[in-house]
Amino acid sequence: MSSFVIVGAGECGARAAFALRERGFDGAVTLVGTEPLLPYERPPLSKDAIVAGARPTFVADAAHFEAERIRIVIGESVTAIDRNGRNVALSNGSRLPYDKLLLATGASARELPAAPCSDGRIRVLRSYGDASAIRPHMAEGNHIAIIGGGFIGLELAASARKLGASVTILEGLPRVLTRGVPAEIAEVVCNRHRGAGVELLFGIKIAAINERSSDVRISLEDGRVIAANLLVLGIGSIPNVALADAAGLVIDNGIAVDQHLQTSDPDIFAAGDCCSFPIGHYGGRRIRLESWRNAHEQGALAGANMMGAQETSAAVPWFWSDQYDLTLQIAGLAEGAVTTVRRNLSTEAFILFHLDADGRLLAASGVGPGNAIARDIRLAEMLIAAGRHPDPAALAAPEVKLKQLLAA
Amino acid sequence: MTNWIPACRLDDIEQEGARRFDHSGRTYALYRSSDDEVFCTDGLCTHEAVHLADGLVMDYEIECPKHSGIFDYRTGEAKRLPACKNLSVYAARVEDGAVLVELPG
Repeated sequence: MSSFVIVGAGECGARAAFALRERGFDGAVTLVGTEPLLPYERPPLSKDAIVAGARPTFVADAAHFEAERIRIVIGESVTAIDRNGRNVALSNGSRLPYDKLLLATGASARELPAAPCSDGRIRVLRSYGDASAIRPHMAEGNHIAIIGGGFIGLELAASARKLGASVTILEGLPRVLTRGVPAEIAEVVCNRHRGAGVELLFGIKIAAINERSSDVRISLEDGRVIAANLLVLGIGSIPNVALADAAGLVIDNGIAVDQHLQTSDPDIFAAGDCCSFPIGHYGGRRIRLESWRNAHEQGALAGANMMGAQETSAAVPWFWSDQYDLTLQIAGLAEGAVTTVRRNLSTEAFILFHLDADGRLLAASGVGPGNAIARDIRLAEMLIAAGRHPDPAALAAPEVKLKQLLAA
Repeated sequence: MTNWIPACRLDDIEQEGARRFDHSGRTYALYRSSDDEVFCTDGLCTHEAVHLADGLVMDYEIECPKHSGIFDYRTGEAKRLPACKNLSVYAARVEDGAVLVELPG
């Protein structure tokens, strides 16, 4: 009987395991995960899990995995890949043979060399365990310092304010969300945080971080000192490539895969946060995406291609962030855009469309309360996927339905 | 025990569109197909509590605005992950331009 092994039991790995069964694979499927939990969704960690003390949102329950004959090995890590012997070594000393292997190893939160994460007052937020450790510090009267004005830091700040803790965000650059979010939208988000009482400090340089029994002190180069009950680092993540690298696979800002998610070894695939891949819609340039949607879709694609389907993805990158009552969504990649068109959906909700020199729609970014922008962003995603050159005047006019542009 | 409840005017719902309807402490989604048939389902996605009426309607499908789960709004069938649990559906009809829905209570 053939054996397929999936390393990494997150959204991506779990989705791949189910996809193998949906594609009719009848051999053994083993999913190996380091965390002692069944596969769960990470997006809620900075939101509900912290705020409400909720349990993880599991991708599927144990019975569902069992019904699909997916063997789950959790609380163990894969320590090495033997490509010649076609097996992987587990941290418990055992070996698992594979015919096809999928690496869905995800990414790790970046840390500061000057302030290694501790079991105490310096933390990152990547896992349910991290969220559980952060939650008790969120009480009213506590002060939380967050380094990094990216999505994790901002979502955590919103959660902290909901629970009554005060928050200072420390960002080295001049604004929040510098990576991939237009300044106009970042400003809306920044103002919403200021309105909620979050202190945001930009252009800061950190001189020292001292963790003490009673607090953690962040000394800035300009002499200011911020004292907090907890410091959370939200400074990006690093793809988990060590296993692939040690096995001699090609690494290029992640485990390098082709359009079929195949690594430099045809029996080994990689998908999700850990891999870089050529994206068809944007001239096949190599990118790496850290998003739930990408993990979900590449998991399914990897499952299909491990079965020899040779499918490629037509997906357009898409992600969202929820902060307070605001939702931000971005579809596509705006790099290379020369024209931006603004569409006002209400006084509080708007979408920016990004077009290249030929008028092709490359990306759409929107922000607004609740789901105000969701439908138009979804339609924009479909316009992008179809390679459309929509009339900028029509994009700017909210009374012109995007569905009509799609049908045109 | 069910009742036919007037929900809105047919013209209040876009063709190939959806509209939220709240009644007796519960929330529903009403749909109008491109040939003016009306349908009604539970208002919240079965994956996370998100109002489906804010999502995109294409043919007979509603796509959740949050995670793109898809349901057939005629039957409530979950058609795409992460939606895996079906929606409840309720009878709906148009009478003199008004949309009526058969709801419990």
